[in-house]
Amino acid sequence: MTKALLETKNVTRILSGEVPVTLVKDVSVSIDRNEFITITGLSGSGKSSLLYLLGLLDKPTDGTVMIDGKDTTTMRERTLAALRLEKLGFVFQFHFLLPEFTALENVTLPMQRLGKLGEKERRARAASLLGDLGLGDQMHKLPKQMSGGQCQRVAVARALANDPVLILADEPTGNLDTASSKVVQNILKDLAHKQNRTVIAVTHDTGFADMADRRIHLVDGAIVSA
Amino acid sequence: MKIAVFIAFKHILSRKRQSFVSVMGIVIGVAFFLAISSLMQGSQKDFIKRLIDNAPHITVSDDFRAAKPQPVSKVYPHGLVELRSVKPLTETRGIRGYQKILDELKTTPGVRASAVLNGQALLSFAGQDVNINLNGMIPQEMREITTIEDNMIKGSVDDLAADRNGVILGQPLLDKMSLNFGDNITLAASTGQVRVFRIIGTFRTGRAEYDERQAFVDIKRVQSLLGRANRANSIIIKMDNPDDALSFSRTLERKIGYKSVSWQEATEDLLNTLVIRNIIMYSVVSAVLIVAAFGIYNIISTVVMEKHRDIAILKSMGFRAADIKRIFLIQGVVLGFAGLIAGLPLGCGLMYALMQIRFNPPGATEPVNMPLDWSAPQFVIAGAFALIAAILAAWLPARKAAQVLPVDILRGGM
Repeated sequence: MTKALLETKNVTRILSGEVPVTLVKDVSVSIDRNEFITITGLSGSGKSSLLYLLGLLDKPTDGTVMIDGKDTTTMRERTLAALRLEKLGFVFQFHFLLPEFTALENVTLPMQRLGKLGEKERRARAASLLGDLGLGDQMHKLPKQMSGGQCQRVAVARALANDPVLILADEPTGNLDTASSKVVQNILKDLAHKQNRTVIAVTHDTGFADMADRRIHLVDGAIVSA
Repeated sequence: MKIAVFIAFKHILSRKRQSFVSVMGIVIGVAFFLAISSLMQGSQKDFIKRLIDNAPHITVSDDFRAAKPQPVSKVYPHGLVELRSVKPLTETRGIRGYQKILDELKTTPGVRASAVLNGQALLSFAGQDVNINLNGMIPQEMREITTIEDNMIKGSVDDLAADRNGVILGQPLLDKMSLNFGDNITLAASTGQVRVFRIIGTFRTGRAEYDERQAFVDIKRVQSLLGRANRANSIIIKMDNPDDALSFSRTLERKIGYKSVSWQEATEDLLNTLVIRNIIMYSVVSAVLIVAAFGIYNIISTVVMEKHRDIAILKSMGFRAADIKRIFLIQGVVLGFAGLIAGLPLGCGLMYALMQIRFNPPGATEPVNMPLDWSAPQFVIAGAFALIAAILAAWLPARKAAQVLPVDILRGGM
């Protein structure tokens, strides 16, 4: 039996405060390797919150999140950071590129932090990733010198820098025009189907959601269909 | 570490103007710290040097710290009957067996000693009377024990050996009394003895009180004038290492019984005052650097506030809280170090400019330059303080940056 790459058991996330807010309610889901999954739902349904829990950026109030069979809820922050660095790649609605760094430098940052490759190899890999995404002539530009679609593709290249097994995308096309959205959607689909990575994307776009192998639909933080 | 340095430099260079202003704060802070502390330390060292050079390192006087106990108290320390109004025997003042003590001191390595007979005399000339302090000394030893030879204007202390009736006086006293080099003067002691001396040398130390009151004469003539043949009332000692004076004086006093006062003991209150002065001085000059450090705090906290999203992204990539803290601490260190590197030469320039100032201190007859301390500790203290202030200023915002929770930022909560 192959172990699931990612598995949650009865995960609940409640934001504490004067009036506690339930973001995610009793979610149990199992995600295998090489799967392309989209998470859909109305605004405020808990899509992004679930993605942050799956991406180890947040800890559940209750339940467990397991990666490769290991429970992450009891792990210390530095262990979670190491897991994110080696196994996960994030793409957000806004590209969030570091503004002082060129496209190439933005992509080399995670590799530099991981420290497995030398500088030459890092630059070569970053250039290769950017080239694959059609940004070969943009790599020395700063984010402010590129279009939104180009920046988002740099963000995808950055997410792929350390060759992660899991890509998590939070509304990756939410800020893009139709043409750029298509490009990014196809890149993410290819990552799952051609490069054997697991991709989990949060989206409002039903067209994009339909491209996935599986769709998880949330209502008020709970899964209603998967 | 390399990546933290890389990101830190990017942040600094992306805000060139703010970075420059905060560096300038440290530059000015370091320069003022150096100038003020070296001036204060310089004046302190100059003061201590004067204390050490212009006075004996140890003075053995014909006194005792505690009066000798009466023989009856020694025999019956817990006697039933107490004798009151017991008067000690009248003794001739002076150090008993001073020659023997001197001989022993002279064989001690690193120690030079000479016997002195001090006394008061009245100098009368042209209807003016001035009370002066006679220092009866052995002329051959004066050069080694006192600094008077360095301050001679005319003549030499060696001339006292050639002319036993000679006297060396301060030039300001001669000016005041309308006396000249080579003139004869009359000195009268309280014993009624009167002697004529010839002025064979003049000196000027710059201290008016000293120059107008002190006279140097052969010890034999003072013994004769004061009626205290073969007596000396003090032994003055100079040491190759003045810092050893305190311990040596204690050992000597235990051995010979006479009160031996080192220069440290004699000036204890002054030295304590200097410590307090240093505390005040360092507090004040440190305040300049603390204010400068606020510049660094300001720029780094601004960067942290503006970079919340970047911090969140770096954390989502796998950067740890310690990495984030390091990035901002490095910025503080870089700014502090840049300020330090530029501040040191500016400080040296200020110190050099201060050194050119000449002034007349109270009581001095000649202008002197500002004394400055150019020793390495001044630079080390200024440098260390600047760096520590910069690191502390960066540490607070860096800590805050490390505590940023990426999920809060990504949710749009901040």
